[in-house]
Amino acid sequence: MITREDVEHISWLASIKIEDEEKDKLVEQFNSILEYFHQLDEVDTENVQPTYRVVDLANIFREDEAFPSISLDQALQNAPRREDGYFKSPRIV
Amino acid sequence: MEDVIIGLEVHVQLNRLKSKMFCGCSTAYHNSPPNSHTCPVCLGLPGSLPVINKKAVEYGIKVGLALNCKIEEETFFYRKNYYYPDLPKGFQISQYDYPLATNGHIMILGDDGAERNIRINRAHMEEDPGRLVHAGTIDKAKYTMVDYNRCGMPLLEVVTEPDLTSPKEARAFLDKLKSILEYLDVFDGSLEGSMRVDANISLKGGDRSEVKNISGFKGVEKALSYEITRQKNLKRRNIKVVQETRHFDEIRNVTVSIRSKVGAHDYRYFPEADLAVLRIASWVPAIKSTLPELPDAKRERFVAQYSLADDHAKSLTSEIKLANFYETVAKTASPKLAAVWIADVLKGELNYRDLSIESFRAEHMTEIVQMLDNSQITEDGAVQIIRALLDKKGDSTSKIVTALGLGKAEDDAVQKAVQEAVAESAAAVADYRAGSERALNFIVGMVMKKTRGKADAGEVHRLVKAEVERV
Amino acid sequence: MLAELRNRLRAESCEEHLLQLFERIEKSELNGFTTLARESALEGARQFDKNPGKGLLAGVPIAIKECISTKGIETNCSSRILRGYIPPYDAHVIERLKAEGAIIMGKTNMDEFAMGTSTETSCFGPTRNPWDKEYVPGGSSGGSAAVVAGGEAPCALGSDTGGSVRCPASFCGIVGLKPTYGLVSRYGLVAYANSLEQIGPLTHTVEDTALLMDVISGHDRRDSTSAEGERHSYLPGLHDGVAGLKIGIPREYFGEGVNKDVEKAVWDGIHTLDALGATWQEVSLPHTRYALAAYYVIAMSEASSNLARFDGLRYGLREGEDKDWHTTFSAIRAQGFGPEVKRRIILGTYALSAGYYGRYYLKALKVRTLIKEDFLRAFKDVDILASPTMPIPAFKIGERINDPLSLYMADVFTVPINLAGVPAISVPCGFSGRLPIGLQLMGPHFGESKVLRASAAFETATAFHEAKPEVI
Repeated sequence: MITREDVEHISWLASIKIEDEEKDKLVEQFNSILEYFHQLDEVDTENVQPTYRVVDLANIFREDEAFPSISLDQALQNAPRREDGYFKSPRIV
Repeated sequence: MEDVIIGLEVHVQLNRLKSKMFCGCSTAYHNSPPNSHTCPVCLGLPGSLPVINKKAVEYGIKVGLALNCKIEEETFFYRKNYYYPDLPKGFQISQYDYPLATNGHIMILGDDGAERNIRINRAHMEEDPGRLVHAGTIDKAKYTMVDYNRCGMPLLEVVTEPDLTSPKEARAFLDKLKSILEYLDVFDGSLEGSMRVDANISLKGGDRSEVKNISGFKGVEKALSYEITRQKNLKRRNIKVVQETRHFDEIRNVTVSIRSKVGAHDYRYFPEADLAVLRIASWVPAIKSTLPELPDAKRERFVAQYSLADDHAKSLTSEIKLANFYETVAKTASPKLAAVWIADVLKGELNYRDLSIESFRAEHMTEIVQMLDNSQITEDGAVQIIRALLDKKGDSTSKIVTALGLGKAEDDAVQKAVQEAVAESAAAVADYRAGSERALNFIVGMVMKKTRGKADAGEVHRLVKAEVERV
Repeated sequence: MLAELRNRLRAESCEEHLLQLFERIEKSELNGFTTLARESALEGARQFDKNPGKGLLAGVPIAIKECISTKGIETNCSSRILRGYIPPYDAHVIERLKAEGAIIMGKTNMDEFAMGTSTETSCFGPTRNPWDKEYVPGGSSGGSAAVVAGGEAPCALGSDTGGSVRCPASFCGIVGLKPTYGLVSRYGLVAYANSLEQIGPLTHTVEDTALLMDVISGHDRRDSTSAEGERHSYLPGLHDGVAGLKIGIPREYFGEGVNKDVEKAVWDGIHTLDALGATWQEVSLPHTRYALAAYYVIAMSEASSNLARFDGLRYGLREGEDKDWHTTFSAIRAQGFGPEVKRRIILGTYALSAGYYGRYYLKALKVRTLIKEDFLRAFKDVDILASPTMPIPAFKIGERINDPLSLYMADVFTVPINLAGVPAISVPCGFSGRLPIGLQLMGPHFGESKVLRASAAFETATAFHEAKPEVI
């Protein structure tokens, strides 16, 4: 069972602010979805390898060649806040 | 002395590569405007995908082998999920289980003067985040500016076991690591931010703190010293050390706590499905065969081949460029004399001027050592030639010798000066006979004055002594 | 149809044709398009009218799903958090389309970040089904399907993570293909669940889908999961028929939960193929019932990571005064994402978090292996598989939006295909009242030719694809 505290912690990890009044509803929705997920417990997966990649490819590389970067204007054109060619970020601490 | 336990995580930029880890942006971003070396991939624009730089993997294997690690047969990348403004995708492509290289070790000189084996836990590949520029200090800044030029630089993270016992040993480890990386030609330590260190420090029995993102070897020593003092002070006052992440403030030389939430470090590692696995076992023999002679091996060879003292051999092999310089000189000049003059004199003069060995030409050093060996110049004269060359007061050893009058005096001229000086120094001769060995120095000084310094002081001392005893 | 259009445009005026389409779109109530690239499209049409060129799609207008990166044209995934984002680069498929002379008309509505089955979670409001405006067009590529079915664009590209091309194709009565994972480059496709999704065409006919596949498939060095090998053409042999083709009918895809009209239309379809010379036999894909849970665990987990980059720093939404970075990012993400996206990100974060990884994410990946093996086993005995695309016809707008789980259930026959990475197509095979029904044909990895050949045979023998909704 997922709890209100769990929802608070995970949404913090996911960097999504959740309002207090949303929390109970989310707890309920999450628990009903997780309960559905728990049917996976029925499956015997002993000795089954996980499929991380559906097509088995190995050693896909590029050579170490430098190509022109995009222009500074293009790099910054979508930044909502910028200053002196930098992206402007909220403070760290 | 309390037991100090230090482990390091060293982030090494494989900056001898031409392009970034997962995109074609150039690695030559130093001295460029911010955000001018970016593309959809390293900016993390929606829809972009990474592609692995093959040579970065080869370099990683090279380093792994040089650190005596085991290279994993099949390795792959993970996503390390966390939010930070320098991380444009909200995750860093890194490694986790099955990293490229594991279980290695290198030797360093310990505080007690003995060789110590420092174990390497792992070396794994990842991408560098961007660079944050704080308006002021990190804890006071109103906002932060982000430059993603560095973002996506190929990094190798080298993680030690907690085998280091002092800031000085940490420094020795870093020096050795840097030396190896430069021998391998995968790394240029002269570039800003090319090696950054996270250090875990604890006192025996206490909790550890982690000081993140220290750049510069002096910075590491300072940060560790500060942190040890801080922890000792806490212990003396019976306050428990909090397990936490701290930031090293280079300006104030202190570490500050980066307030972080409990349980914040849940990186949710999972395999990066946008990248294929790396099956590299078959690469290892070929890469192994290209490994150059590494510092320890070269040092042993120098001792054996050139009959050098161990400390000279160590000094000369600390940097690949210096070692190559030495061997060029030793080809045609006395290897033993060359070792002394390069390791003891030239290195000191370079350090004093903050110059690298590239500022001095090997043929100049060869000529100087040959002149010394043939007694054409004195030791003082050799030092003066080296300084003149470094200070750009000439670019030919023979011209400097002539210009400064450094040619060694003829033997009979010296002998004449010795006889004169002894004859003119009755008082000093009497003192010497009365038992004052130092009285001879006065006479030697007179000889040197008469020969205008061209005589060899040691030789003069011997001649003066012989003359006094003869008279 | 596209080949015919291509020839007609050479005789007539491409600019005129485009102007008519834009006029139709202006008057439309479908809400299929979100952004129109009017100027660049008309410029392209004028170029074509001057010099038509030889491209496979010369002069052919095409609509592009909001989540495919288009240089200079807003790409926002129908999400508030990405409003205003103008990419500086084209997706691989867009480069290919342009290289073959296609004209990008604009971008189409979708479920926010492709998370949905109904195109109702878009920040632009729901798209309407051209067959009945009270009904959803399916999703998440609902905009692409609706504009093609509604005659606003001759063809479109969508993306399919768990059925997002096939579901709206089925609900809107057109053809939609989810290619084999790796056949079409994902470079420039904004990721929702990157180990599952592919870009695919939405068209009126199977031949058109084959033509678009000829253009967009093939190796791309910028996508490390892109299959290597020579570009393949799907047009030659397309009409070689189905004589001797063995069709498997997975018993888990019929019965309980499947609408009667749907079941009947699909069986009629199977019998049509049988009459054309194919044979059919029942097969079993025993782990089908676990596919939905496995799919949602994997998709949500991947989404939680793929959508971490949206923080308002480099692009997208940034409102209010900055506080510390975490508070600011969390507020932006709370404002910018809709409820379904938030749900999936948070649940996905949970499924990957310390202590739960093994139970959810890793477990789901192991079940994925079993599901993939089900398909591999089945394709040893049969050439293709046939089933309903969706267990139901389109449902009413608003009917299921407040019950996430009931919406997820609608994906029951489409998600196993993405887990296995095999190709599958939806072709129109009947109606339930006014609402279209889709027949899903699935093939082995890189078995697109077989799937397309069977679809073409079916289409030639039926008239469902010729039916047109009455829309303005």
